Amino acid sequence: MKSSERTHPYHMVEPSKWPVLSTFGALTAAIGGVWSMHGGPVFGLLFGIGLMIYSAYCWWRDVVHESRNGIDYTNTVRRGLRIGVVLFIASEVMFFFAFFWAFADATVPIISRTAHVTWPPEGVVPLDPFGLPLINTLILLASGGTVTYAHHMLKLNNQARCADGLFLTVILGIIFTFTQGLEYGHATFGFSDGIYSSTFYLATGFHGLHVIIGTIFLGVCYWRCKLGHFSAIHHIGFEAAAWYWHFVDVVWLFLFGCIYWWGSLSYFVPS
Amino acid sequence: MRVGQGVAMGNNHEVHPSGWRRWLYSTNHKDIGTMYIVLSLIAAILGGSMSGIIRLELMFPELQFIQDLQFYNVMVTGHAFLMVFFVVMPAMFGGFGNWFVPLMIGAPDMAFPRMNNISFWLLAAALILLLLSAFVQGGAGTGWTVYPPLSNADYHPGPAVDFGILSLHVAGASSILGAINFIVTILNMRAPGMTIHRMPLFVWSILVTAFLLLLAIPVLAGGLTMLLTDRNFGTTFFEVAGGGDPILWQHLFWFFGHPEVYIIIIPGFGIISQVISTFSKKPVFGYLGMAYAMVFIGVVGFVVWAHHMYTVGLDADSRAYFVGATLIIAVPTGVKIFSWLATMWGGSIEFPAPMMFACGFIFLFVVGGVTGVALANSGMDLAWHDTYFVVAHFHYVMAIAAVLAIFSGYYYWIGKMSGRQYPEKLAKIHFWLFFAGVNILFFPQHFLGMAGMPRRIPDYPDSYAGWNLVSSVGAFVAGIATLLFFFIIWKTFSSGGKVQSNQWGPGATTLEWTVDSPAPFHTHEELPVTNSHMPAE
Repeated sequence: MKSSERTHPYHMVEPSKWPVLSTFGALTAAIGGVWSMHGGPVFGLLFGIGLMIYSAYCWWRDVVHESRNGIDYTNTVRRGLRIGVVLFIASEVMFFFAFFWAFADATVPIISRTAHVTWPPEGVVPLDPFGLPLINTLILLASGGTVTYAHHMLKLNNQARCADGLFLTVILGIIFTFTQGLEYGHATFGFSDGIYSSTFYLATGFHGLHVIIGTIFLGVCYWRCKLGHFSAIHHIGFEAAAWYWHFVDVVWLFLFGCIYWWGSLSYFVPS
Repeated sequence: MRVGQGVAMGNNHEVHPSGWRRWLYSTNHKDIGTMYIVLSLIAAILGGSMSGIIRLELMFPELQFIQDLQFYNVMVTGHAFLMVFFVVMPAMFGGFGNWFVPLMIGAPDMAFPRMNNISFWLLAAALILLLLSAFVQGGAGTGWTVYPPLSNADYHPGPAVDFGILSLHVAGASSILGAINFIVTILNMRAPGMTIHRMPLFVWSILVTAFLLLLAIPVLAGGLTMLLTDRNFGTTFFEVAGGGDPILWQHLFWFFGHPEVYIIIIPGFGIISQVISTFSKKPVFGYLGMAYAMVFIGVVGFVVWAHHMYTVGLDADSRAYFVGATLIIAVPTGVKIFSWLATMWGGSIEFPAPMMFACGFIFLFVVGGVTGVALANSGMDLAWHDTYFVVAHFHYVMAIAAVLAIFSGYYYWIGKMSGRQYPEKLAKIHFWLFFAGVNILFFPQHFLGMAGMPRRIPDYPDSYAGWNLVSSVGAFVAGIATLLFFFIIWKTFSSGGKVQSNQWGPGATTLEWTVDSPAPFHTHEELPVTNSHMPAE
């Protein structure tokens, strides 16, 4: 059968070595990670992560090639990709759900009998939510606006303005990460100083990791936009990055509301 | 050709990879399904051997041969992890799901074939990590529930539990990617005319299971990450001394763990529906009720988790809620049982091996379901918690019922997968041996549990002797039946006769029976058009 005799709208993917190489990277990273946590050297972990990043790069390079060959990415295939991205984000939401649960378990008496009566626990000096965290909230909200601006410009087929919007979004993402690092530096509580630190650092830390991933994703989109990969109707990679970014944004709003503001309320506004 | 150069290849299906590349680099749903089934067979040998060691130790009172008691804990843990994550899930969801979802909905392959490949290989990597966790520095003896403080750095200081945690992380990533793949395939790739309400029930079962995986696994991943940082980086999520709460782990674990038991059994519902309909030569009774019963079980399965935690000191109102919510699940489950029976009612029934296994499934599932209704009551569970009654209950309802569903599906579809006929007489002997074995094995455990015998303990007082011996004898019968199954596999492939594209006749109405046996490398390239529940009729 020749490719011209297309009988269905689906993308039949050629065999690929990247999945099995990524897996080998993940396995090496896992074994190397456990080894390094128990006094061994760290190179196994680093090699594994490196191999995963390399495989992911090659894999996505193939995906970008396929998206541009004019054959594989039919409307049906793009619909499938959109559903896939939404499902992936749904699973990410459930991942953060676990960390919010941990926070609730430590702070809300009707959820846990061992919840703390005072929060933050005695001796913990929380960060002022209306300092750097509020600035970060505004930065992230603004970045949500710039990415939406970029999307609208793309839909109007204004590639240059779209790239501008993406550039601004990436810069705002980098500023957010930088500010978050600054804020960690100001914190008076260390990583292993008890349950307040545990919930604070893992929830905000995993959010920060997602910001970094989202920033890279948007950066790739900026680069692809510059190369003219997107069209007004054909920009599934951009859509995925934008949705992911909005998800990161919403998680932050919950973090700000719960952990930064509500979680420090009794410290800054004693009853 | 060079791999990964997808440019301008388009729909070119001439490419037929061979040798090891065919398997390692596979993007074919049938090859990947086959690899899942092979992995599950390998894991079944390992997990089955561990249960053999457990039953040998428990055959008589006092310690038989185990010197290091942690070794017994490791066997209990390894058996559970292997059977749940590396036998039942790969066989049903990864194996039969990959093989038959595209075939049944009339799609040429899965939505994301490369992602399908990494789902499989991540599971293989997770298996290696799990074996490391069992065999390095004393092994992980935490039980599959991995409760802290037993699983924390004080009681399991070595790397074993860390390997176990990462194994579950990797297996979880595999499952999430697989779930996304199945949902997109089912929502986006049904053949023309195959509406949602015309999908075979097996496809429905995989759809529901995929949603459960998608939403439950990440919560476990969050909990596992907390456990990992508690163990290695000084956080105190589950450490009372640092203001944490070990009960939090139980919540997070069972918020995943309860949907997980439905993840195990729901694809079995799908298989049984196909088999019973085929061999009764009738459409499934109450098709929509059957489909939405699975959806209902899946949804309610997310809000009953604390029935695993009645003894931790939840307040009475919480327990009352969890009792009620749990009992409600008996309703859609009853819908399924009675609809299977009603499907058979008035049918022209045949009893080849898959149908026998399906009927066996119904019996085992009902026994386990009835003890489940009993255990759902908080007051009763206070007495039964952590006894062999619970062990008997969940082995009936999700372990051996699931395995019978797998055997049923295996005999039902092996002709389609291999093109060869299994030996019918031997398969029937396999059924009777296995069915008798598992009942002798697990039924007496109800008595032991009622008498108060605790689970996960290698020794017991003399008063529990007797039924433990019976149980162990049952285990050996089931073990012999399993060896016979491997012999049947060998026999099928070495001397099984060729089978037709539809070997089961007029009752087999789903699309997989319209393609050749064995199913060719690529199928449904011309999309089939359907306009009924029975597209192959």
